[in-house]
This record gives sequence, C-alpha cells and structure tokens, in this order.
Amino acid sequence: MSVLSVRDLNVGFAPRGGATRDVVHDVSFDLEAGQCLAVVGESGSGKSVTARALVGLSGPGARVRAGRLDFDGADVRTFTGRDWRRTRGARIGFVAQDALVSLDPLRPVGAEVEEALRLHGWTSRRRRRARAVELLTAVGIPSAGTRAGQRPGELSGGLRQRALIASAIALQPELLIADEPTTALDVTVQAQVLDLLEEQKRQGVAIVLISHDLSVVARLADRVLVVSGGRIVEAGRTADVLDAPQHEYTRALIAAVPGEHTRGERLSPAPRAALPAPRREQRTGVVLRAEGLVKRYATGRGTHTAVDGVSFALRAGRTLGVVGESGSGKSTTARLALALTTPDEGTVELLGRPWSAAPERERRARRREVSVVQQDPLSSFDPRWTVERILLDALPRSSGGDRESRRARVRELLHQVGLGEDVLGRFPLTMSGGQRQRVSIARALAPEPSIVVLDEAVSALDVSVQAQVLDLLADLQRTLGLAYLFISHDLGVVYHVSDDVLVMKDGVVVERGTATDVFEHPREPYTRELVSALPRLGLAAPEETR
Amino acid sequence: MSTVLTDAAPGAPRPARTGRPGGRTRRPRPWSVYLATGTALFFLVAVAAPGVLDTTDPLALNLSQALQAPGPGHWFGTDEAGRDLWSRVVHGARPSLAIGAGASAVSLSLAVVLGSLAALGGRVVGPAVDRLVEVLFSFPSLLLALLLVALLGPSALTQAVAVGVGTAPGYARMVRGQVLSARGSAYVEAAVALGHSPARILRRHVLPNALRPLVAIMALSIGQSIVWASSLSFLGLGVAPPSSEWGALLEAGRPYVAHAWWLTVVPGLVIVALALAATTLGNHLQSLLERRES
Repeated sequence: MSVLSVRDLNVGFAPRGGATRDVVHDVSFDLEAGQCLAVVGESGSGKSVTARALVGLSGPGARVRAGRLDFDGADVRTFTGRDWRRTRGARIGFVAQDALVSLDPLRPVGAEVEEALRLHGWTSRRRRRARAVELLTAVGIPSAGTRAGQRPGELSGGLRQRALIASAIALQPELLIADEPTTALDVTVQAQVLDLLEEQKRQGVAIVLISHDLSVVARLADRVLVVSGGRIVEAGRTADVLDAPQHEYTRALIAAVPGEHTRGERLSPAPRAALPAPRREQRTGVVLRAEGLVKRYATGRGTHTAVDGVSFALRAGRTLGVVGESGSGKSTTARLALALTTPDEGTVELLGRPWSAAPERERRARRREVSVVQQDPLSSFDPRWTVERILLDALPRSSGGDRESRRARVRELLHQVGLGEDVLGRFPLTMSGGQRQRVSIARALAPEPSIVVLDEAVSALDVSVQAQVLDLLADLQRTLGLAYLFISHDLGVVYHVSDDVLVMKDGVVVERGTATDVFEHPREPYTRELVSALPRLGLAAPEETR
Repeated sequence: MSTVLTDAAPGAPRPARTGRPGGRTRRPRPWSVYLATGTALFFLVAVAAPGVLDTTDPLALNLSQALQAPGPGHWFGTDEAGRDLWSRVVHGARPSLAIGAGASAVSLSLAVVLGSLAALGGRVVGPAVDRLVEVLFSFPSLLLALLLVALLGPSALTQAVAVGVGTAPGYARMVRGQVLSARGSAYVEAAVALGHSPARILRRHVLPNALRPLVAIMALSIGQSIVWASSLSFLGLGVAPPSSEWGALLEAGRPYVAHAWWLTVVPGLVIVALALAATTLGNHLQSLLERRES
C-alpha cells in the first residue's frame, strides 16, 4: 500500500470576496515507502503549494480539493486540526528551505528537537534530552552534546539544516516532505545533507522532495513530477525523465542547466541577439591585474583575514570565474577589484595604471571602466526611480550629448539587453527577476566599461531565466569585447561561462587554471572534493538535450 | 520587437504576471479614514474662514447668558463672561493648528539636521551629535519646554519652538537610522561604482530615501504637538488668555470645572478629535507609502 496516494489535487486561493483562483491543477501521484518523489519546477509553478497542501498547511484562504488524498490508508481530507497535529511531526516530517527562519532563534536546537518528542508523548525529560543528542549525532552534527545547547544563530547553515532534519525525523515518521532542503547550502554541505536524506530513504522513509535543482533531483529521487503553471507536464522515473524528456518544457529546463556539456553552447532556445556594433575600439591584453591582495576585517575576537594573498590577471574579452563556498572571500575579491574597498596589502592595476593605490577622487573619473552587476538587482536600484531614470543616471557625464541623444542611448541599452521600450516608465519593483537583472546589466553597460564584475549575478534566477541571462552575457562579451570577473558559488555556472578559474577557500586561492583543467583534472584535494560533491545531471548527453 | 524575451520557457503556461503591477490589491479604506478626513476638513475650514462656522463673535461678552449649559442657542454652552464656546472653539483652531504645525516643523527640521549629522558626521561630529541627542532624550520633554518658555517668555512662537525642541530627539533617532540604512544600501554602492560623487549620491539617493517616511510622520507629529502645546497653555505658559487657543480655553475653564463641566470637557474633546484625526491620517499615509515600497 502506498504511503501517500493523491488523485486530482487542486489548490486555489480566494482573495477576500473574490473568486477562487487555482494555482495547482489535477495533481496525482502515489508514493511508496523507501521511495523519493521529486516535484520539480520553477518559481511560481505551484510546487511549494502542493507540498504544503499534503501536510494540511495551505494556510487561511486556501481551498484544497482532491479526488483522493490518502496518507497511509487514512483519508486526510477529513482530518481536523487536531488530527493533523497528531500526524505532523510524529508521522509526517517537514523540512523547510531556510533553517534560520524555521527554527526559533531564541531556543537552543536541542530543545527544538526535544519539543517534537515532548508533543508526542515523551514525558521523561532525561530520555528526551538523551534522544535529542542521539538524533543530532545521527544527522552528523559533531559534538552534538555541546551543539544541542546552542541557538540557531550560533550554528552554520549546514548544521542548522541538519538540526532541522533531526527534529523532522525525531519520531521516525513514515513520510518526509522536504521543500528545497539544500537550496541555501554550499555544495559540499549540500552533499552531506543529501547523504542524510538518502540514509532516511534506505531506512524506509518515503520522501517528497520539492526542488528547482535538477541535479539534486537526479541524485535522490526515484520518480519525478515536472510541474509548470500548477500542472504536471511530465512524470516518470528519474532516469527516464532526465535522459529522454518528452515534454518541451522539460527539455528546455534540462538544456538550460549550465555545466560541462554546455560550454560554448547556448542554454536558452532564444535566438542569438542581433547587437549593434560596439561604440568604441576594443581593448586587448590584461585589463585588470591583482597582486598579492590581503584584506583583513576587525571582528570581536581580533582580526579576520577575508582575502589572503590573491593574485590574478583579467584579460579583455575573457571570463575569469571565481568559485568558492560562502566565506571563501570571493565577494571581498570582487569589492577589491571594484575598488569599493582598499586592500591592506597588495595592489590592483586597472589598464596598466594603479587602481587600488589611487586616491578616490582620481578613481572616480576612471570608474566607468569597471562596472558591477550585483546579486539582488532589486535592492541595487533606488526604489523611487523608473528604469529610464536609472539608466539615464548611469550614462557617463563626459559623454555629454543633449537630452534626446541620451534618451536614444538608453533605448539602445535596453535593446542590447533584450528589453522593449515599454519598460522605460516602469519601476523595477513591478518587473520579474529576469527583467530586473537585464536592467542591471544595461546599467553596467551604460558607461561602456572594459570590465564587468558579476557578483553572483545569476544566483537568484530560475534556471530558464538564468539560461537566457547567461546567453545574453555571452553575446555581449563577444560583441563588446568585455572582460568578466564572474563570481559564483555555482560550479556548473562557472564551468559554463569561464575561460579561467580561481578556486577560493578561506580567503586563499587553492587552485587556478583553465576551466577545463580545474574541473576535469583538479589537483588540489579541496577542488576534488568540490567537483565530486557537485551533483551532476550526468545523464543527459548533449544530443538529447538539443 | 522580436528579441523581447519573457521569463517563461517556451510552451510553458505561466500565470500572467503583468496585469497586476507589483501584485498590489486595492483594499477598501477603513471608515475611520473617512471620518478623520471629515474632521480634518472641518478644522481646515475653521482655520481658513472661521466666519463661515461661528455663530457669534467669539469675544462678545454677554453676562446675562453666562455659564449656560450646551443647548440650542449655544451648542457648546457659554463661559463665565457669556462668550459662545462653539465660536471660541472655531476661532481657536487657527492659533492651535498654527502652533501645532509650527512645532512639528521645528521638530522635524531639527531632527533632520541632527539625525543626518549623527549618521554622516564621521568620527568626531557623529558621536558628538549622538551624545547631544541622548542628553535631550533623557531630559523630560515638558521640562525642556518649560525651560525654554522661562527663558524666552510665553508666546505662540516660544510655544512652538519649545514643543518642537522637546519632541525633536525621537525623530532625530529615526532620521539617523534611515540615513544609515540608505547609505549602506546596494543602490548607493552601485552609484559609487558608477563613479558618482559623494555629494551627488547624498542628494540623489541618501537624503530622498531617508526622508521619505517623514511625510507620514509629519501628520502624526502635528497631532502630538497640539496636545503638547495645549499642555503648556494649560499651565499658563502659552498664549495670553483672550486668545481662544484650545489649551488656553481648558485653562480658563479650570476654575469652573465643578459646575460648568463643558468649559473643560468640550475643548478637551476637540483636542482629542484633532489629534485622533491627524494620527489616523498619518498612519494611513504611512501604510500607503509602505505598500508602494514593499
């Protein structure tokens, strides 16, 4: 008998006084013990709403209708709030995306786990405590006895996520619902969390995995549902779906994943943009050179060295990828390249002249040579400004020109990044994530730079949007001869875009070389660990994704 | 234009996103906002043209009708000299609101200057202004106002300045926080990377974004200032007696509180009504602005 059996699940939301608008349509599936079912889709596809409906957490205003919704033979459609409380935690575990917001910041993580036990009949305080430490150990938290007394804020992201999983599995549930359980994690930590979920599966727990990340799905799931617009567009065994996708949407989704097999190829089905000729002569050779950069920050307990002896040379028309996990110093490196902060030791040279050592007054005039695209485009725009004003403001003053020619230049910039003139009067707040990042790229192009620093520039985007933006960046580089300093935690993306790669760890460059060398023949143990931890699609050969 | 791309992968049905700008939904305004708007309009007419609303000359003495309770002839009753309280309240709107608005203007200007200096003053000026604001904070506002009145003598202007200075530290704190958060924002960093000068960034980004919430705070602060100003008048430290300023009316009615309740209760209720209206409108304005931003 299936642990979970769902037929024709519809979930809708009714705005106050309005008609119900369905966001999930006719979803059906069965899930056996010891199996993992992945629900894959992009933001807005309804995958999280589906997950929440399965545990009765759709929230007020939601209308859940289903032909059948059975958990372990019991019809949960008839469940009262009380029935749910008895089931959730004890028989169905729920792991949310961000452990920092899911855990009570004032409660030690051990107490969080104990709470789950206490609510379900563990009356002995001593036994609860012992069991909590046992669980924290089981999920791979070192010295769990001490850690149990710490608050979520004192733990790293990976440890927090493991603590959350510990509280979800505390009562050995039959079903685990994991909503983007590894999205906020570094790749090596992600691998550990996936191992942990795999172990649960082996012990007979059924898992519903909600994810946008096909490589995570490939690693853990037995079956996959691909959802788009609230409907299942494809369902099947993981290997079948990823190897030989039937639906157009699934194919586009798989083709959009950057990695080793996509280098030099386009990720999105959109045609190559016809870009206007560059407005000025392209540079050649090394445009930015960093020598022995060191940056220290004062912390409560002395100083922390964020960047320690980093050197690199960035050439015109080339992409230097900087990859590393959180805290590796890659963002500080970006800020040093932009001269937004000055190094404690070492120098940066821009176009053969001192950059980090120059006074800010002198740098200001030369800043147009180095642009930046930040991770979160929305917060990088003044909330009061329209797209037109943002771009007009970014045009260099020295370029002069009357009002009309400046406006024409703004329209040209929009065209370059694939946006229409209709967005001129809009506020970034009312635009989609992909459109915002395009505006951000247009702003970076406005001063006609030689170098663009991209700091996690595609990390917040859905995979198909990310594919379009990466294609756009490739087109722009080819036409304008730009040099990219591409900072990312995502190995697949870095592999896809980079000519050369720096691998950073704890502020130090541990390995450098061409992208192929670093990813195919990693020399350092850390790089090897990183590359091997990278969950691969690995199944989809290029000809099948075309 | 054919190169315009959408976020949707081809063939993928996607819920339309463009129709609702920012996903905002129009919510009906609560009735309290309409009531507050009506009240505010009434007081504005009283300020602009008291002659439209009054029934008699607010200063006309009529001893034969002294201390009459509210009734058909005198809606709010009369005082000990037979003056019509309704007309006095109407004519009192102008000085009361002038003092209230003046006080909040003083208060907010001072707050903007102190708050910006505290946030942007560097390592010497910043902390110095911080300490000054803390000292002002720890000083009871009323005592501070009393001190100023004692120094400058009671008058409408003194009253406005005294109340303004007394309430400024709280707003200065707020401005400081706003300026700091705007200065640390990603859009300011983007402007620095574009090579804009600090003066331009301050003028174009930091100050406008930091001061925007003050629009709503202004309305809140007028209500509060009128209450403060009335307290000063009640203590006899405001405008001189023949004026119909509401605090002064309260003070004038105090000796008769045992047998002519309306002389104190009515001006008191009027002050409450205005403060409530201003606060309601201020809160509404604030939530409108916030909804635009989030």
